Amino acid sequence: MSGTASPTLDHPMSPSASRLGHRASRHFKEKIIELILFSAALVSVFTTAGIVYILVSESVVFFQHVPLTSFLFDTQWTPLFDDAHFGIMVLMSGTLVSSAVALLVAIPLGTVIAIYLSEFAGPRLRELAKPTLELLSGVPTIVYGYFALLFVTPLLQKIFPELPGFNLLSAGLVMGIMIIPTVSSLAEDAMRAVPMSLREGSYAMGATRFQTAVKVVVPAAFSGIMAGYILGISRAVGETMILAVAAGMQPNLTWNPLEPAATITAFIVQVALGDLPHGSVGYQTIFAAGLTLMLLTLVFNIIGYWLRHKYRERY
Amino acid sequence: MAEPKPALDTLPIKAAARRLNFYYGDFHALKTIDMPIHDKRVTALIGPSGCGKSTFLRCFNRMHDLYPGNRYEGEIRLLPDNVNLLDKGVDPIEVRMRLSMVFQKPNPFPKTIFENIAYGLRVRNVNKRAILEEKVEEALRGAALWNEVKDRLHEQAFNLSGGQQQRLCIARALATQPEILLFDEPTSALDPIATASIEELIAELKQKVTILIVTHNMQQAARVSDFTAYMYLGEMIEFGWTDDIFIKPTNPQTEAYITGRFG
Repeated sequence: MSGTASPTLDHPMSPSASRLGHRASRHFKEKIIELILFSAALVSVFTTAGIVYILVSESVVFFQHVPLTSFLFDTQWTPLFDDAHFGIMVLMSGTLVSSAVALLVAIPLGTVIAIYLSEFAGPRLRELAKPTLELLSGVPTIVYGYFALLFVTPLLQKIFPELPGFNLLSAGLVMGIMIIPTVSSLAEDAMRAVPMSLREGSYAMGATRFQTAVKVVVPAAFSGIMAGYILGISRAVGETMILAVAAGMQPNLTWNPLEPAATITAFIVQVALGDLPHGSVGYQTIFAAGLTLMLLTLVFNIIGYWLRHKYRERY
Repeated sequence: MAEPKPALDTLPIKAAARRLNFYYGDFHALKTIDMPIHDKRVTALIGPSGCGKSTFLRCFNRMHDLYPGNRYEGEIRLLPDNVNLLDKGVDPIEVRMRLSMVFQKPNPFPKTIFENIAYGLRVRNVNKRAILEEKVEEALRGAALWNEVKDRLHEQAFNLSGGQQQRLCIARALATQPEILLFDEPTSALDPIATASIEELIAELKQKVTILIVTHNMQQAARVSDFTAYMYLGEMIEFGWTDDIFIKPTNPQTEAYITGRFG
């Protein structure tokens, strides 16, 4: 290749072509940036993997002492007694009942609030109401716990005179109030993302505002609304403080919200704060209970993921 | 097209705009428009972008009521009732029950084909299965879609092609037996084949219903309409038989637009 050769197709590497060549320094910088971004993503993956590893490995030790069948089907939870029983259903019932009460509050109210804010409220009211509502989820849960114990329970005792001081109902109701903004905020965002053309189509058919909201906007935003519900469920299942304070910590296999009961989370707090020797079976129960809780949340997330895909937005 | 056309004032009228003005806040969008809409005919509104043709169309079913700050002045009289559609005492929902609209982009609801068509009836509290089934079939036949969808009425409407979706929207508009059909550039998002089928459909529909169509495709106006109105900057420049507007417009501005020297 001579320097004087004219740039033809036969000589693709003419001197001018080298300007289009690879720039090592730029390439290096790009690689560095990519590496930084990648390691940031890796932190969260490692954390999750670490948590799963700890939960599973400690639970394996637990299940060497306690058979899986008695963990699942025993009706007593007395891990710290001499006559130890490890029936997780006892704690599971507390978790499920309190979550159900919370969701019965948060899902209807959150949805109605979202419909109002997205379809009926004027822009000024919406700008004011939304952050105010979101303050609800900023209140520390310990405050909610005492609110449930010292304010809501006495109120409920006027309706149900037999209601014990610690009960799932009061804790569940307050937990529901806490979750409302999670549900309403996501649902409202999803509804506001529904294009105006769809609403106009409905109005042009002679529909009222309410008919448009309920029959067109909500179905169109269903997958986003569902995401709000699922997040709400996860928060309810994982909530700890309100239940530890207001629902009592006695393990109690019950489906009655008027009774006190311990939830999975409340038990973990109770045991973690006690002085159990490291490595004892009582200590290992924390991990078995934690693993159960994680699987429970995972199931709800999978259901939510599936529903979101089934009803994904296609305007 | 050589046969003599009847004089305009002898034709029956379905609606008429009289000294209609419209404001988006401070913006004066429609300026003192007078125009008849002839019964069971196709009237096309043409003009460059921003001339107010869609704004005018959306006055007929009071779509502007959905947004704050909009204001109408003047009248749109609907015959034979001789009521002013823009009157404060007239409920826009009642108006929309009698005048249906088809939009620029197909906007099927996130429901099945059947429920899309039944929507207008359901919001009128018609819920009897037998009646709904009959009306849905009638509307789909009217929109030349029945044969394509009769076996999949309970599938999601989104699964249809763009042209089918637009015919679905026409069927949806037809299901409530409107007196006037308003089309807002109904083919601008469609390919030429789907466009041809919509135009064919419009020609058929005018036997039963009065049609007002906004288009910025002049060939389309020439093909489908009996009357054409040319608008520019919120004013009605010229209205007449489509043949006359396209062959011998009286206004030099119209001629400039038609011949492509402007717009």
